Amino acid sequence: MNFDPRYSGRNFSSVGTRPIRPDGVDKVTGRARYGADFNMAGQLVGRVLRSPHAHAIIRKIDTSKAEKLAGVKAVITAKDLPDLTDGDAGMYDILDNCMARAKALYDGHAVAAVAAVDARTARQALKLIAVDYEVLPHVTDVDEAMKHTAPLINDTIFTEGLEEKPVKPSNVTKRSQFGHGDVHQGFGHADFIVERSFKTEQTHQGYIEPHACVASVSSDGTADLWVCTQGHFVYRQHCAQLLGMEASKLRVTSSEIGGGFGGKTHVWAEPVALALSRKAGRPVKLVMTRDEVFRASGPTSATSIDVKIGARKDGTITAAEATLRYTSGPYAGTWAEIGAMTAFACYKLENVKTVGYEVLVNRPKTAAYRAPSAPMAAFAVESAVDELAKEVGIDPVEFRIRNAAQEGTRSSYGPVYGPIGIGPTLEAAKNHPHMKAPLKENQGRGMACGFWFNFGGQTCTDLNIGMDGSVSLAVGTVDVGGSRASLSLVAAEELGIDYSQVKAIVADTSSLGYNDMTDGSRGTFSSSMATISAARNAIKILRERAAQMWDISVDDVAWEQGHAVAKGDNHGNLGKLSLKEIAARSGTTGGPIAGHSELVADGAGVSFATHICDIEVDPETGFTKVIRYTVVQDAGKAVHPTYVEGQYQGGAAQGIGWALNEEYIYGKDGRLQNAGFLDYRIPVCSDLPMIDTQILEIPNPNHPYGVRGVGETSIVPPLAAIANAVSNAAGVRMTHIPMSPPRILAAIEAEREG
Amino acid sequence: MAGVAVSTTINGDHVEYLCQPDETLLDVLRDRLGLTGAKEGCGTGDCGACSIILDDRLVCSCLVLGAEAEGRRIETVEGMAHGEKLHPLQQKFLEHAALQCGICTPGFLIAAKDLLAKNPDPTEEEIRFGLAGNLCRCTGYDKIVRAVQDAANVMKGA
Ligand code: FES
Ligand code: FES
Repeated sequence: MNFDPRYSGRNFSSVGTRPIRPDGVDKVTGRARYGADFNMAGQLVGRVLRSPHAHAIIRKIDTSKAEKLAGVKAVITAKDLPDLTDGDAGMYDILDNCMARAKALYDGHAVAAVAAVDARTARQALKLIAVDYEVLPHVTDVDEAMKHTAPLINDTIFTEGLEEKPVKPSNVTKRSQFGHGDVHQGFGHADFIVERSFKTEQTHQGYIEPHACVASVSSDGTADLWVCTQGHFVYRQHCAQLLGMEASKLRVTSSEIGGGFGGKTHVWAEPVALALSRKAGRPVKLVMTRDEVFRASGPTSATSIDVKIGARKDGTITAAEATLRYTSGPYAGTWAEIGAMTAFACYKLENVKTVGYEVLVNRPKTAAYRAPSAPMAAFAVESAVDELAKEVGIDPVEFRIRNAAQEGTRSSYGPVYGPIGIGPTLEAAKNHPHMKAPLKENQGRGMACGFWFNFGGQTCTDLNIGMDGSVSLAVGTVDVGGSRASLSLVAAEELGIDYSQVKAIVADTSSLGYNDMTDGSRGTFSSSMATISAARNAIKILRERAAQMWDISVDDVAWEQGHAVAKGDNHGNLGKLSLKEIAARSGTTGGPIAGHSELVADGAGVSFATHICDIEVDPETGFTKVIRYTVVQDAGKAVHPTYVEGQYQGGAAQGIGWALNEEYIYGKDGRLQNAGFLDYRIPVCSDLPMIDTQILEIPNPNHPYGVRGVGETSIVPPLAAIANAVSNAAGVRMTHIPMSPPRILAAIEAEREG
Repeated sequence: MAGVAVSTTINGDHVEYLCQPDETLLDVLRDRLGLTGAKEGCGTGDCGACSIILDDRLVCSCLVLGAEAEGRRIETVEGMAHGEKLHPLQQKFLEHAALQCGICTPGFLIAAKDLLAKNPDPTEEEIRFGLAGNLCRCTGYDKIVRAVQDAANVMKGA
């Protein structure tokens, strides 16, 4: 059916309100079932043995003793997950990451797994597995790993994207480049140039719920997987491929998910749990410990970035250039490439060039983390922009407004922008009372901008109308932060009924067609588009049924505010039929009424934000406290404004943690030193102030209601906003994230000593 | 290992169970008694997702042994509502959207209940420090603090 996704202005009655979410009561009463809250009869406990070495050849694994332990039902190694990837390099990396084959590539890399009758037996069994390692030299630092002298992590990798094919293997898997114009010429026209190098440390998404799943493989070759994931359809495909199953025989149910932020878009333990269950012939529950979550799942890239920006006296940027090096763990990635695309996306630039290098290191495989790769690039660029504004002598907000991208601007990564929100968020920030609030001693104010692409993607949705007129909405995008409420609002809006009449659920992989991951801020954008399309299809049927009940032509039936209305002079006395009345008669007018939708949601609409923050630095200790924080971001259209605010606040808080505290600390031995919440410190309640939000609504032309994704952009500006505030408070330019007290103190002392 | 027989009170009900001497109370609640409201976020006392009230004291149930519950009184999130009627904290968490993913919510509700029992009229700062033992990665805490403030007001009026 033809669906027109274009924006059309309208007055909303449900969209934009703030009802209580449909899954709320279960979540405040403890009834909601997350990954680890599900059990099956006869279930075993799975545990994974992990490499203590950062880099080692696995000579031999002896599992015989473990197998003999009473209560152990299965022990597996890479042999039980044979390579079925058929030359698909990306899938091979996923397989190798799930269970190490020839080499252990990082501290925490899985090498074997057991399933036993209880946790204690499983733990004992792990101790009985003997692994013979040949320890190799390792490298964890991004700049070190790029040197010719660095230990090679994979000697089959030759850097892609170079003009000449390299003759020697390297830890650099790929070079990518973006931009336009001529930066050399551009710098020639600059009156001021700022050039700096920056570093950011690796962080973890830090979801409070560890990875958890229950796998059950039957002897007839079918299987069930219960799992906390951001994308159960993708998990099904990956698991089926790795285990040699037909996708349709594997049913994946997504549990309630206790946070993901990109980290639950990749399979880790699930293929292992399925392989254990297949071997043991019983269901297996596999739950990671927090230590495993840090050592083996997640993290973002550690980076090293050089930036150079030039401007004329009038404040126009003449050229901008950046070189970005991002770690991807021991497997190839495209993280630097994304960083290189986003780095200068906020600005209108005649001459711009960015180059990205993907770098292998002996750290866990890099995973997406909320607007992946963008916060680090923004940290470097927005710090340099602030410094440049100062040199030119223009207020930093003014300076950015002068150079902001607009509708029609060719972005630094290629496409030409439609209507966008960078200018409006900057203007809103400039006029925000926060900008004028007085500051005390040792306090400083900073601001920064951020960009994220947003994604759409494949989406399938079912909308079923019950005979009592209530509506069930089955979506395939996992609800990570209230999207069932938003999608119910959208269904209610389109059908013209009350929110309370709609109940949305997340359907399993056997009940609905394929859906991409909930990532790229696509959940509400793409599923709302599919919901609107499904509702419109249902309305068409509702109109047909009303026409049948009235015995008139369907062309004379319109749908208005939840009712079929007869149009035309001949039908003046027909009145209206409510959705409920039509549904009640459905059994005799042609059967159940439903609307379905399968689409690729294009045109997600780029997103921009501007953040303002005030911080106070203790010059004696280097301790920094955020005392005020404001987020201004374009939402296109806020479907449920409270949850939009929540996304803004949550992203800002994660960014604050990244800016000030969070980092993976590796010892000389290549082992992670702080694999727990005590030493990897995420912000707690007393670390933060209230986080003010301002939602701008610049409609996305490619969505019927103007919706844009909102989930990710909010983590992009905080690193730079805080660095700029520290610079204004303490007079030091921080170039290394996190700005922990020792780093700030060292910078202050270096400045004092001059 | 021989099991330990424990007799205790959970959410007002008398409960008896057998557990291993090294088994945490969190594991007992979740795996033996089916009370999965308390969550395991870390197992080391750092996240507060497993918070329960033990004889009027807020504790991390991952740091308490199942055997230690003998003769004590345990309150978990499952006991907060009275039948259909939600506790004011539960109601305010819903109204303020103080949860996104909700995995931290049971722990926050229990910690907030304990806080308000001891300090019915807390300042924002007292709430922030009172709840500093509970981690939330989704919300930035803003809406949680507001929900607790609002619930305190309702409970004072009640
Ligand atoms: S699970 Fe007990 S404090 Fe985290
Ligand atoms: S709502 Fe997700 S951790 Fe708090």
